[in-house]
Amino acid sequence: MYIRPVCLLAAAVVALSGCGSTAGTAKTTDTVTQSRSTVAAEARPPAGAAAGLSITDPWVKTAEKGMTAAFGTLVNNTDAEVTIVAGASPLSPMIELHEVVDSDGKMIMRPKEGGFVIPPRGTHELRPGGDHIMLMGVAEEVKPGARIPFTLTVKDGQPFEFTAVGKDFAGGKEDYQPGMGHK
Amino acid sequence: MAGRISRRGLITGGAATAAGALGSAAVIGALDTPSAVASGEPAGPVVEPFHGVHQAGVATAPQAHAVFVAFDLLPGTGREALGRLMPLLTDDARRLTQGRPALADTEPELATDPARLTVTFGFGPGLFAAAKVDSPVQALPAFETDKLRREWSGGDLLVQICADDALTVAHALRMIVKDARSFAKVRWTQRGFRRSAHLGVQGHTQRNLMGQLDGTVNPTDLDRAVWIDQGADWLRGGTTLVLRRIRMELETWDAADRVAREFTIGRRLDTGAPLTGRAERDEPNFERVNRLGFPVISEYAHIRRARTADPAARILRRPYNYDEGLSKDGTSDSGLLFASYQADVERQFVPVQRRLAEGDLLNEWVTPIGSAVFAIPPGCTPEGWIGDGLLA
Repeated sequence: MYIRPVCLLAAAVVALSGCGSTAGTAKTTDTVTQSRSTVAAEARPPAGAAAGLSITDPWVKTAEKGMTAAFGTLVNNTDAEVTIVAGASPLSPMIELHEVVDSDGKMIMRPKEGGFVIPPRGTHELRPGGDHIMLMGVAEEVKPGARIPFTLTVKDGQPFEFTAVGKDFAGGKEDYQPGMGHK
Repeated sequence: MAGRISRRGLITGGAATAAGALGSAAVIGALDTPSAVASGEPAGPVVEPFHGVHQAGVATAPQAHAVFVAFDLLPGTGREALGRLMPLLTDDARRLTQGRPALADTEPELATDPARLTVTFGFGPGLFAAAKVDSPVQALPAFETDKLRREWSGGDLLVQICADDALTVAHALRMIVKDARSFAKVRWTQRGFRRSAHLGVQGHTQRNLMGQLDGTVNPTDLDRAVWIDQGADWLRGGTTLVLRRIRMELETWDAADRVAREFTIGRRLDTGAPLTGRAERDEPNFERVNRLGFPVISEYAHIRRARTADPAARILRRPYNYDEGLSKDGTSDSGLLFASYQADVERQFVPVQRRLAEGDLLNEWVTPIGSAVFAIPPGCTPEGWIGDGLLA
């Protein structure tokens, strides 16, 4: 069984202490920056995870079942390159790291070879229409405001855990078929 | 000013950051004071604080544009769902009010100038029923002058969005509605306006569409008159909102001459001074009589009927005008969104409304056509969300 019982989601909701868009240990900083263009909320990794990696504004597109995707901005706080090679969540038995590319004038998505590479002291944005964490075979509804745990496998590093919030979103239609666009 | 935070905004943000290091209690203290904008301050990207003991949008100096949107919860939206909905809406509000895009904002460029945006949440009786807890608020009793229409009345969840820029308001409304509609249906939307911020009239009493200064007498001690400090813990620091949609009969008002208009209100139209005084803030002398022995301020003048002698019992009025367009013959659909905040609806609002309904000369030209009552929960900490004391 890849899906945990319903009580997992319910427990996550009850345990919720922060705002809807940040991970369990996240703290929203309300600093008004000069640029005002960046979001200040940041999800910090739980203790014991890869301390050098964090994710800002993690969210999952709501879905009744089937396919959906997770987004956010991965932040590398170290002086070395960080590579994400795989993802996992109790929500889905099959998670892939995807990219969206232009193939003969048509935008298609496909597994990203080599995973997500985050440069030293840099960021890597996961967004609709771009790189994203693809969830397939989702059997349980992803409700708005639900808190979904994720674990990312870091190459040569500790796993990175975070919690993403379910968010209604019209875009990011995921019509990926396994094999489509593969070489 | 474009692209820069005003000095006031920077100071507020700095205080929040410094206080954040000291813990949420310090944050509450630091952000307790709304940044009332001084008269004449130029409009610009000014940020109203979001976190604090009280929600913003009540004591905040009224912004130029407002939309009040009420939702009816869907049948399946109970306590668990409300515990997902309110963190989502709070997150939208805390980001947008600070000039940051909402999460998954499809138009992030529209979020960059908050224009003193505030987003204020209210809970109606139906929300408490859905959460299976006793409601601290009920619909108002019926008044003789009421011609209430369902399309402007009631509602389970209220979101009040105010800013000095109409586009900012529209974007915030859009983001809020997109997050709410899995949980609720829109019941009504009421839009209002005041003088534009750039006219430098902040801090001055507004004029309504009948030309009157509207809102002269407001409480000064909000801790006594507005903020709830007793009863259920979760509501302390909160307040209540009565939103009345008051239609104005501008066609027949046109037929009233200036003397009649001033007699109706009990104030001069130009200065707003009581008929017994010289300046707007002069105390009315309700005892003074004219040479014929009649009161200068009529027994049925609006200001006499609306008067609450005890300043601690006064309601906080934060009205917005509405002007929804014209019929083919040019008759306007105009009036006032009478937003009244008070610690206790029964003790503070109802007696005033009862006196007005029993006899107010102004009733000839104004008719309440909508009515809704909401509990306004207290503010929240950076880690919390609006309503967490009730729903978490």
